[in-house]
Amino acid sequence: MSYFRKKIYACAGFNTIALGTGRKEFRPKKPRPGIEHYIKEAGLGSINQIKNPENIDEGVIGNFMAARFCRQGNLGGFFPMVHPTFQYKPCIRVEGACDSGGLALVTAIKTILADLADVVLCIGFEIQNSVKAIYGADYLAGAGWYSGDRKEGHAYFFPDQFSQRAGACFEKFGKEKVRAGMAQWYVNAIENARKNPKAQEYHNKNSDLMTTGLTPPNPKVFCEHINVFDCSKVSDAASALIFASEEGLKKIEVDKNDAVEVLAYAQVQDNLTTPPPDFTKLSTCQIAAKRAYKRAGLTPNDLSVLDVHDCFTIAGVLAVEAAGFADYGEGADFIKEGNTKSDGKIPTNTTGGLIGYGHPTGASGVRQAVDVVHQLSEKAGDCQVKIHPDKPYGMMSSMGGNDKTVVAMIFKKIE
Amino acid sequence: MTLDERLENVAVIGAAGKMGSGIAVLISQEMAIQKLKPENKDKIYRLNLIDVSERALDGLRSYLRAQILKRAEKSTVLLREIYKERKDLIENGEIINEFVNDTYELLNFSTDIELVKDASLVFEAIFENEEIKIKVLKQLKELCKKDTLFLSNTSSIPISYLDEKAGLDGRIIGYHFYNPPVIQRLVEVIAAKATTEELKNIASELGKRLRKKLVSSNDISGFIGNGHFSRDGLYALNEVERLKEKYGYHGAIYIMNKVSQEYLIRPMGIFQLIDYVGVDIFECLLRVMRTHLGDECLISELIDKMVNNKILGGQYPSGAQKDGFLKYEKNRPAGVYNVVKGKYYMFDEDWKAGIDKEINPTNEKFVPWRALLMDAKKVDKLKTHFDNLKNMNTFGSELALDFLKETKAIADNLLVDGVADSADDINAVLMNGFFWIYGPINNYI
Repeated sequence: MSYFRKKIYACAGFNTIALGTGRKEFRPKKPRPGIEHYIKEAGLGSINQIKNPENIDEGVIGNFMAARFCRQGNLGGFFPMVHPTFQYKPCIRVEGACDSGGLALVTAIKTILADLADVVLCIGFEIQNSVKAIYGADYLAGAGWYSGDRKEGHAYFFPDQFSQRAGACFEKFGKEKVRAGMAQWYVNAIENARKNPKAQEYHNKNSDLMTTGLTPPNPKVFCEHINVFDCSKVSDAASALIFASEEGLKKIEVDKNDAVEVLAYAQVQDNLTTPPPDFTKLSTCQIAAKRAYKRAGLTPNDLSVLDVHDCFTIAGVLAVEAAGFADYGEGADFIKEGNTKSDGKIPTNTTGGLIGYGHPTGASGVRQAVDVVHQLSEKAGDCQVKIHPDKPYGMMSSMGGNDKTVVAMIFKKIE
Repeated sequence: MTLDERLENVAVIGAAGKMGSGIAVLISQEMAIQKLKPENKDKIYRLNLIDVSERALDGLRSYLRAQILKRAEKSTVLLREIYKERKDLIENGEIINEFVNDTYELLNFSTDIELVKDASLVFEAIFENEEIKIKVLKQLKELCKKDTLFLSNTSSIPISYLDEKAGLDGRIIGYHFYNPPVIQRLVEVIAAKATTEELKNIASELGKRLRKKLVSSNDISGFIGNGHFSRDGLYALNEVERLKEKYGYHGAIYIMNKVSQEYLIRPMGIFQLIDYVGVDIFECLLRVMRTHLGDECLISELIDKMVNNKILGGQYPSGAQKDGFLKYEKNRPAGVYNVVKGKYYMFDEDWKAGIDKEINPTNEKFVPWRALLMDAKKVDKLKTHFDNLKNMNTFGSELALDFLKETKAIADNLLVDGVADSADDINAVLMNGFFWIYGPINNYI
């Protein structure tokens, strides 16, 4: 028996270019596209792939910190600007730090499951290049517990949280091995991004990625156990994806072969005011993945493609363990051996991930879903990986805060 | 007195100038860090910034505010530690803002030189004119305490000479920052014969605090940096005199600038560098060295004509480049001066193509300086580049190889003349102070 009371489909995915350092067209001191541009480009990018947009019932937008990066709230109000179909229809913004996009996905699905809508446009969006990184670090630290942890925290609050995780893993599993896995993660991310014209690292020409990935950390200006290449990018971007019921697909005239079925998801919340129980694992991500597999009736072996939240290389390493592909402490070796490359055992973050494509925080969850949908519907362009006929499944897992807010979602190719 | 004690009251004379303002930024940050230590909370810290005009001081205020902020933004890891007891300061933005205010509060801006009277360390960064420098140093000696120490930013005047003329009894040392001091890591340190051990130690400790690369130069006019730069520039000027018959002044300058930048893989061409430093400063440099070294070859008619024509280069207060040998648009060379005609020739694509064809008939492409700057394999790549030059046999490659040899000969002479103690010191100065990616003493020739 399926987990949902009715079938849910995802289609018409769209990602904008992730703009920021690395992109040739990025000019930090020149004016850049604003909120309106990104939301509209992504929203219309999806809408233009369907018919009868008047049949869209609702809009959901995931965003983390536009209130600070852009001094803008009330983001639901931008939907009628994207397209007149939204005028006087329900539109909502959801927030869960870097998992805002993931929460937008589940919010859209829940509305359809509640029989309140047949077609929902889901957008994820963030602009982060509006301030220098040192101030952006303040804004992003809002994903942690402000009154409890910020004062004692590092200037680069989140990089340091994951630097501590890297340090804990070095100590427990051996520095050289974990470091090698992290560097390999970086290499894979850039190699995949070079195949994705929308990726922030698309223009990366570095001929010695491994050496770059192994750059020694500089704690005086950054973190103790990670270097800047271990970090996801500071990005401006938006993504959009349409969710629909069976009825909804008909209304917008999308062929089932152009859509992907959502089999199950798990949305899991941990207490923001308590420290992670174990710095050497992503406990919440693991619970989310296990629940999602259970609800879908699948195991990790059934997946042809995986997209995890690699806000830092160490998060990528731990996420692969949390998703059930490597045993505890074995993620680094699993990656080092090439298993997560696009032609490996489980192609992971095939379009670059947060390190290669970029990490427009509120958009990332939606972007991950779009890329899994593209893979399963064989629309991933140069990034396309083999979808095995006996493994027509893909999973995305997005995370907010330090393993606090997680959505894992499993998709199935329609045969 | 320890360096910490001396940092309680410091003065910069000529604070609004290019070098003085940079020194002020560096010292103010170090003083603020001292001031914020719990054990120093009852002490009063003052950085006296003295210059001749109120207008210049206004410019200095804006420059300092912007620079102090910029540096605070880059030091936030440290600043969070410094302010860790301040429960009210939580975000980076709040901490940075507080540090800028704390730093700004220790600054005294004035046109009144008498403010130096309580200073224990005085940085002299006034215009490179020895009569004025000596006059000011004498005045400072009268105004200051008996144990005040002086650090002169002169780039060419022998320190022993200043010491004797001003009667400072060894309380002076050459402390030559490079332009701009907030960015360039190099400081050339020049002890006079009589410079005290205390001052030498203070100078060395301060260098570490400011995270500067200190290179000692012996007290011979021009020191290492300008000892090399002046002669390097003079060589190019003399080449221009030779090439002008065929190409005119403007063509010859274009050629030597291009060869020095692209063929020798330097951050800028030799004439762009002279413009950056200032044509008048370059003239003054040659004059000072000529006087103190008694070397009549240290002269250039072309430079003198440029100064006569008031084509001086240097920068606007905004940092934008003024026109000199080259004319600049958006800080990029867009034309070149012909001193005989008294006018600029704007770069015209056909004209450039014509000259480029003469110097580089085979249309060779060279890897740019910027691309090699951070390249881990730059040593090998430079070797390949210079080996290629040797096999090229073009007019441009010959000019470049001659220049490369001359540059090395100039450096070798600095060793022979006892200006530098080692080849490493010379290479360190050119690489850290001039951003070369290889030293003049190398195996590429």
